[in-house]
Amino acid sequence: MQEIPLSQILFVSTFLFFIGMYGLFTRRNLITMLMSIELMLNSVNINFVAFNKYLFPDNLDGLFFTLFIITIAAAEAAVAIAIIINLYRSHHSIDVEDATEMKY
Amino acid sequence: MSNYLYILWIPLLPLATFVILGLFGRKYLSGIAGLLGTASLLTSTILSFVVAKQYFFVDGKVNGVFQKIVALKYTWLEFSPNVSIDLGIIVDPISVMMLVVVTSVSLMVHVFSLGYMKGEERFATYYAFLSLFTFSMLGLVLSANIFQVYMFWELVGVSSFLLISYYFNKPSAVAASKKAFIVTRFADLGFLIGILILGYYGGTLDIGLLIERFTSVHSTQFLSITSASFLGASMLTWGLTLVFMGGAGKSAMFPLHIWLPDAMEGPTPVSALIHAATMVVAGVYLVARMFPVFSMDETALNIITYVGAASALFAAVIACTQTDIKRVLAYSTMSQIGYMMFALGISKNGGENGLGYMASMFHLFTHAFFKSLLFLGAGSVIHMVHSNEMKDMGGLRKLMPITHIAFLIACLAIAGIPPFAGFFSKEEILTAAFQENKIIYGIALFTAALTSFYMFRLYFNIFWSKEATVAAHAHDAQGHDHGEGPWVMKLPLIILAACAVGVGFVPFSQLVTSDGAALDTHIDVVFSIAPVVLSVLAILLAASFYKKQNGKSDKVANAFGGFYTAATKKFYIDEVYIFITKKIIFPFIGQPIAWADRNIVDGFMLLVAKTTAKIAELIKGLQSGKVQNYALYFFGGVAALSILFIYIWK
Repeated sequence: MQEIPLSQILFVSTFLFFIGMYGLFTRRNLITMLMSIELMLNSVNINFVAFNKYLFPDNLDGLFFTLFIITIAAAEAAVAIAIIINLYRSHHSIDVEDATEMKY
Repeated sequence: MSNYLYILWIPLLPLATFVILGLFGRKYLSGIAGLLGTASLLTSTILSFVVAKQYFFVDGKVNGVFQKIVALKYTWLEFSPNVSIDLGIIVDPISVMMLVVVTSVSLMVHVFSLGYMKGEERFATYYAFLSLFTFSMLGLVLSANIFQVYMFWELVGVSSFLLISYYFNKPSAVAASKKAFIVTRFADLGFLIGILILGYYGGTLDIGLLIERFTSVHSTQFLSITSASFLGASMLTWGLTLVFMGGAGKSAMFPLHIWLPDAMEGPTPVSALIHAATMVVAGVYLVARMFPVFSMDETALNIITYVGAASALFAAVIACTQTDIKRVLAYSTMSQIGYMMFALGISKNGGENGLGYMASMFHLFTHAFFKSLLFLGAGSVIHMVHSNEMKDMGGLRKLMPITHIAFLIACLAIAGIPPFAGFFSKEEILTAAFQENKIIYGIALFTAALTSFYMFRLYFNIFWSKEATVAAHAHDAQGHDHGEGPWVMKLPLIILAACAVGVGFVPFSQLVTSDGAALDTHIDVVFSIAPVVLSVLAILLAASFYKKQNGKSDKVANAFGGFYTAATKKFYIDEVYIFITKKIIFPFIGQPIAWADRNIVDGFMLLVAKTTAKIAELIKGLQSGKVQNYALYFFGGVAALSILFIYIWK
């Protein structure tokens, strides 16, 4: 089986990153924004794993970083969901445009 | 030479009273405010007499000449090693004399006010202001530095402002206090410029040093100030004239006198204080204090002479026509201050020729007593009648015997009838005028006769004229009979009446002279015939007009016609001022400046503010508060930088 070249994997991860970024910039729904952030994190994970395998096959640093990021992402999701629930309780909406109290 | 440092307590005690009464008076001390103020001033008065005794009779004299003693000198602000503002206390004949005058008259006013102001709501505040006024004047007379004089000068101005507007819910009182403050302030501008000129050329602000430098004809300072000239007059003339302008403002000399009659809006004892001891004599005192310098400049002295003489005559004419008794007294003060001024103007420094100086100070001294007596007497009358108008009075001699006698003595004193105090001092002034300038002598003689006439016009109108009944006057708002007033109002009248008789016999020429050496004067009987006879004739004339109500005075008034009307209207000086300010200064200077201020100065600031606001409005859209927008900008920035560094920079 022929190995997939590194460039193609990087292409996928870049693609994934910008999809996440686009979602983050355009969506106004907090849950969707959270999902977009997860996409971006995962694209970074792909990068870590790919570079680890192709450039330093003897080391495990990249893999460990990936595991860390997954853990952090889980914690981050929990905190974010808590914020979202609180926001919903106070504003009856999770649309970011409805929370404008701190605007100039 | 003994230590005169304890003199410091004389002004400090009233200051302490002012602070205590000002801070706590209304709330905690309103019951004893009057007693507290009086007690502290009594102490000051006693100290003043101790100083006077010590200085005049024990150790002031060295080799027959009274010395200037600097009792305290403290450098307050040092600009450079040569130029500094010192605070000091000077002890010399005129300052000691003024100490005695100011404290004793002020004490009488304090005592009198105990009765006169009783029951006033702001009783404690009144005493606080009185103390401040006394403190300012005491500080002024003791000042050893001309800048220190200026500071106390302004304090006198502000405390008079406070006292004149004491009845601040009366619009006329507020207007009068503003007028007094603004007119004297305007004059003080001249004073300040004068100080700066003298200080610049003299290289010091210390009065003693200034006198020393400007009186020696060969000193570099004297040469530089006399050789510099501006608009055809030397800088010495300018400086002295401007200093005199300040003095003229405070002393109500023509044409800066307009505030004085209106200042009658204050409580009557305050008028006594302003007119007799503080405020108006400050101008005379200033000229006397700087007299050695003034005597170096003929022009400045001539200005003083003619302004003084003109004021004396002018005020006396107006006083003959006024019907408000306090206004009559106000114009008489202006007239008497005019006497003191021209007496200084015709004087020379030192020796026999210094007679005018000594006469001026003597007149200041005697005038303080009989003028405060007149005002306190008028206060007593007003307390009784509740009116300032002559037509509401008449026949009061039976109702108020003590006031009547005291007032009569004061009138005789101011008219210059021997042996009352005014006779001696006026005699010296007339002698000095006769020796130096015959025109001035003529004016002075005529004014003296006018003085007798209007004072006795006042006297007869108040105490004779028609017959009054007790029922018409002697009750207050509740209908209670209050008679002539409590003893605290009678006692000052009696003491001051005794002074008005007695102080003429003080051997003044031995004590206060221009150079400190005793001057031998004597009353020349032949010389005094003219003024005394004229005064007596004027009194008889007043008696025939006003002792009984008859039509004579109206007929004479009609005979004078337009002149009488003009004098009643105070020669339209107020109208001239109003015309100048309203028709000339306001539209041609005030309004353009106001326009420039509003449109150019403010306009520029508004432009800056508006531009800032506009720009802010434009760019505040960027601060949308949406994190996503910020993230987008951030991404844009990172992307742009990446492109820059990767593809363009290399």
